[in-house]
Amino acid sequence: MALATAGTTTMNNVEAVRHTLYEALKADPKTLIMGEDVGARGNVFLITKGFLEEFGPERIIDTPLAEASIVGVAVGMAMEGLRPIAEIQFADFIYPAFNQIVGEAAKTRYRSNGDYTCPLVIRTPYGGGVRGALSHSVSIEALFYHVPGLKIVAPSFPADIKGLLNAAIDDPDPVMFLEHKKTYRLVKGEVPNGHYTIPIGKAEVKIAGDALTAVSYGLYVHQAIEAAKQLAADGLSVEVIDLRSIRPMDRTTILESVRKTRKLLIIQEDNKFGGIGAEISAMVVEEAFFDLDAPIRRLAGPDVPAMGYAQTLEEEFMIPTSRMADTMREMVAF
Amino acid sequence: MATTITMPQLGESVTEGTVAQWLKKPGDAIEKYEPFVEISTDKVTAEVPSPVSGVLKEIIVKEGDTVPTGTAIAVIDEVGAAAAQTAPIDSPAVEPQTRPPHATPAPARPQSGPQPPRPFVARPGSRNGGALNPPEVLRRVSPAVRRLARENNIDLTTVRGSGEHGRITANDVLAAAAQGPAAAMAAGIMAAPEIRQPSAPTPTPLRPAAPSAPIQPKGPVPPAAPLPPAAAASGRSTYDRPIPGTLVPLTQARKIIAQRMVESKHTAPHAWTMVEVDVTDLWNLRQREKDKFQREKGVALTLLPFFIHAVVQSLKAYPLMNARFTDEGIQVLKEINVGIAVAAGSNLMVPVIRHADNYSVAGLAVEAAKLIEKARFGKVGADDLTGGTFTVNNTGSNGSVLSAPILNGGQAGIVTMEAVVKRPVVVDDDKIAIRSMMNVCLSLDHRVVDGAIASAFLVDLKKRIEKMSQLAL
Repeated sequence: MALATAGTTTMNNVEAVRHTLYEALKADPKTLIMGEDVGARGNVFLITKGFLEEFGPERIIDTPLAEASIVGVAVGMAMEGLRPIAEIQFADFIYPAFNQIVGEAAKTRYRSNGDYTCPLVIRTPYGGGVRGALSHSVSIEALFYHVPGLKIVAPSFPADIKGLLNAAIDDPDPVMFLEHKKTYRLVKGEVPNGHYTIPIGKAEVKIAGDALTAVSYGLYVHQAIEAAKQLAADGLSVEVIDLRSIRPMDRTTILESVRKTRKLLIIQEDNKFGGIGAEISAMVVEEAFFDLDAPIRRLAGPDVPAMGYAQTLEEEFMIPTSRMADTMREMVAF
Repeated sequence: MATTITMPQLGESVTEGTVAQWLKKPGDAIEKYEPFVEISTDKVTAEVPSPVSGVLKEIIVKEGDTVPTGTAIAVIDEVGAAAAQTAPIDSPAVEPQTRPPHATPAPARPQSGPQPPRPFVARPGSRNGGALNPPEVLRRVSPAVRRLARENNIDLTTVRGSGEHGRITANDVLAAAAQGPAAAMAAGIMAAPEIRQPSAPTPTPLRPAAPSAPIQPKGPVPPAAPLPPAAAASGRSTYDRPIPGTLVPLTQARKIIAQRMVESKHTAPHAWTMVEVDVTDLWNLRQREKDKFQREKGVALTLLPFFIHAVVQSLKAYPLMNARFTDEGIQVLKEINVGIAVAAGSNLMVPVIRHADNYSVAGLAVEAAKLIEKARFGKVGADDLTGGTFTVNNTGSNGSVLSAPILNGGQAGIVTMEAVVKRPVVVDDDKIAIRSMMNVCLSLDHRVVDGAIASAFLVDLKKRIEKMSQLAL
């Protein structure tokens, strides 16, 4: 982390996104923001409020409800040298843009033999636990992490958001920037002043421990840390890793931790089948089989088509901290 | 309903098996696919899974007895297992992680579910003679525990498990390793009372001198006095790390090796002969080709495949060397299946290249590399070890220049490749030249062939090796 200016400012996650976008717009006239309601409305979470007045309609572009066009136009802009930051209002709406993201953006560098790159950022709020029901709760990372050519980050601390969003804007290739909407105002933290980046593809050990490794990202990192603290009160030491970047994945940090603790728990909000946890699990078994002292376990969302609106259904989908702590205890005792 | 369990056939051409150990006793519940008996053949030892869920009603064949495959060895009563079957048998195995943390005990599931750790009752009849851990604990060992036990030379039967249901954890193994040799030794003696010695300090000759093979050129020189504890290997005395003044317990494999050696040496009158082979040209050929070969075939090119190839040709020329003695007559064998003696850890194994006459030198190199790797990593199956008709022993790889091997598995002959050494040799026109020389030794079953044939075979082999050329590869 390279700091330009000393000191920090306390922000929540939504403020960290707004602050980073603002500084990027100020610093580089090639950056622009486009998406539904990003202009006059200032984004549904007020992230871009006032940007239209300050930077003008050429750089803060309100688009129709047409996600394929948002990404498709942004791909063209990026290939021709601009630095578009496209917003998909909710991750649940991203499906029409799938072809533009997977079929175009991800393949630009490869198809043009390096003549063109696609320095595009696609920001989108994702995740549940906010009574968002079927179309405002989804986790989309597993739909895209299979695709070579895409980078996917999902930081959930304000300082990580700033460092990784700056890295995403600087990156010469497409980066999907996932923001867990429940953490927007829930999570506060100190954010270093000045411009800095955090390398994409680096996880971080948020709590060090030696009896179990818990890997998570997004909202659940915060719950996993809370659960680990509960176990620490009983003298049980759990290491919590925040993935931060989903692809590229930080194999080194995960493997070093598992080789130390010999036990691995993966916690993800997304459905279990074919999710991020499946890839981590396979990677660890391939690389560290002879270090494992317990079966790898995954806590994940149920394999149902969507998060229901009814409170009981949402609670059934989301994993409470107590369940994380119980599972951690079982695994430490195993 | 009672199901009769018969002696399984552990591998092609295996006709009988020995009950090495019953993992269950009459009255014990058995789940489907759960190993309940250990069967050993002359090649391998395997745990046999139960085909049904039930209760072991009767043991028909007792430990140590050998019976033909297909013979009834036990009866499992499925009716008696009604209670045990109420729980789906695959649920604990498939998704143990979905068990709620404090589930109510599953009804009458005998070996899983959240019971308090079972007391460690010594079982006088078991392999470990009163082992600390019940077999189900030792069967459920994580990869990390297995690796740490091996690295630290810890016998898991001596480690008390602190995990769920008495499971041995990685930390338990590390703690046992840290306790040092004294504690581990005491535990070892407790685990195997049959080898307890009347007075520990009296040194006992551990290794009777073996006058013939197998050769152990790197054998450590035993010190006169027992090592001080700090210098002794951590853990109990084992074959890899023998501790002076103690007995190394016999593993099943070591028992079988011993039995086979004695059997062979007592049954077949061994005779021995040797030739000197000039491998200069072959060595040069190998040096020329080895890089290309490694690149193309992915395995190292050694002299072994050339040697096997020549042996196969000589066996074709002298079929009596590819034969076995029976009371009815000398059985001259159709197949040429060449066994390769491989030191695998503390064991000796002889995996077999079947139909070795079907392979080129390159093919033999690949097959041999495959088998040797399997043997070293304990992956050989019964089928890899059976059917050999002749054996090749690369004793030279240990530096030996002369050895008298013991015949293997009723075969008529076994040859060794000794170390290649440069020697002054008288060549054509009575000149002295420096040549790469290799001794090739043959032990033969004198009931099958006499010296004349054996020598002719060996000289034929010598000529073939000396004339090996590019073509053979």
